[in-house]
Amino acid sequence: MNQNVFKLTLPILFGYLPLGTAFGVLFSTQLDYAWWIAPLMGLVIYAGAGQILAVSLLAANAGLLEVAVAMLVLNARHLFYGLSLLGQFRGAGWRKGYLIFGLTDETYSLLTSRARSGDKHHEQEIDFRITAFNQLYWIAGCALGALLGDWIAFDSTGIEFALVALFIVLTIEQFKALRNTFPIWAGALAAGAAMLLIPATHQLIAAIAIVTAVLLIQYRYQSDSALEPEVSHD
Amino acid sequence: MTESYYLMAFIAVTALATFATRVVPFLFFERHTEHPLIKHLGRFLPAAVMALLATVFLQRSASWDADTLGLDALIPGLLVVAVHLWRGNALLSIATGTVAYMAIQQTGMIVSGG
Repeated sequence: MNQNVFKLTLPILFGYLPLGTAFGVLFSTQLDYAWWIAPLMGLVIYAGAGQILAVSLLAANAGLLEVAVAMLVLNARHLFYGLSLLGQFRGAGWRKGYLIFGLTDETYSLLTSRARSGDKHHEQEIDFRITAFNQLYWIAGCALGALLGDWIAFDSTGIEFALVALFIVLTIEQFKALRNTFPIWAGALAAGAAMLLIPATHQLIAAIAIVTAVLLIQYRYQSDSALEPEVSHD
Repeated sequence: MTESYYLMAFIAVTALATFATRVVPFLFFERHTEHPLIKHLGRFLPAAVMALLATVFLQRSASWDADTLGLDALIPGLLVVAVHLWRGNALLSIATGTVAYMAIQQTGMIVSGG
């Protein structure tokens, strides 16, 4: 099972290791704390953009209230992720808390796009391992970056594109599963609108709010035109 | 001492705020998973968010000056789409696109004049 999970999470490894390393390097060059604080943050916070923002907040000695507000706004997109996993995580027992804790952009995209059997407990066990593997990659990257500081010999410029490539692949996989291009156009256009109208720091949350609104309108339109509610099979 | 106290408080606040955004749907929507609206969002939202993330991060990887026109990221991006539609192997698609992007960034072959 671990071998399959490793194969599934390999793209995340290529994304998280360099990204975590980038965070670690930033952390050790900007701040005066011990190196192990960086992997500790990866362990208890576990958020890419959040941790990178945290470095500049720490450097500025920001007030704790300001820190809380900044993190809530930056991570608000996660509010929407849980919605599509409510049923999937139900009955996961002690694993559930960790599954929710580890719901990063990348873990979310893997969990919602992979093929599933009918055996729910088995699938939840796999979800749990995927989450744990991903976090291990992240923590390893944070530690590596903090230790190496800025003397990395290998020219890794551009390797962070792995995350973009992963999102593209997962979009195609979502399309294959859905056979419906509407949400894909809606997502891309919402992103385009947000990038044109809104400053970079709030683009993600704005785009997600726009596309959620579009999907709600689509839902209203569908349930008006088809009065019959969808029949549930489970 | 106060320095390390601040750091620990900072990490605790950051961790709690991040976890809060992840746990809220599970606290407030748990009883409504059979509701058709939640099912609708659960079905379409992942695809929409994936397309959105791909678009935003693709745009951020690119240089949008008059010479480059974003091609330094758009070409690797299109390569990912092509290889993935051709072979359907996620790792191969990601590796091809990433290597192409790294080559372009490191050699500056598209960033003209630079």
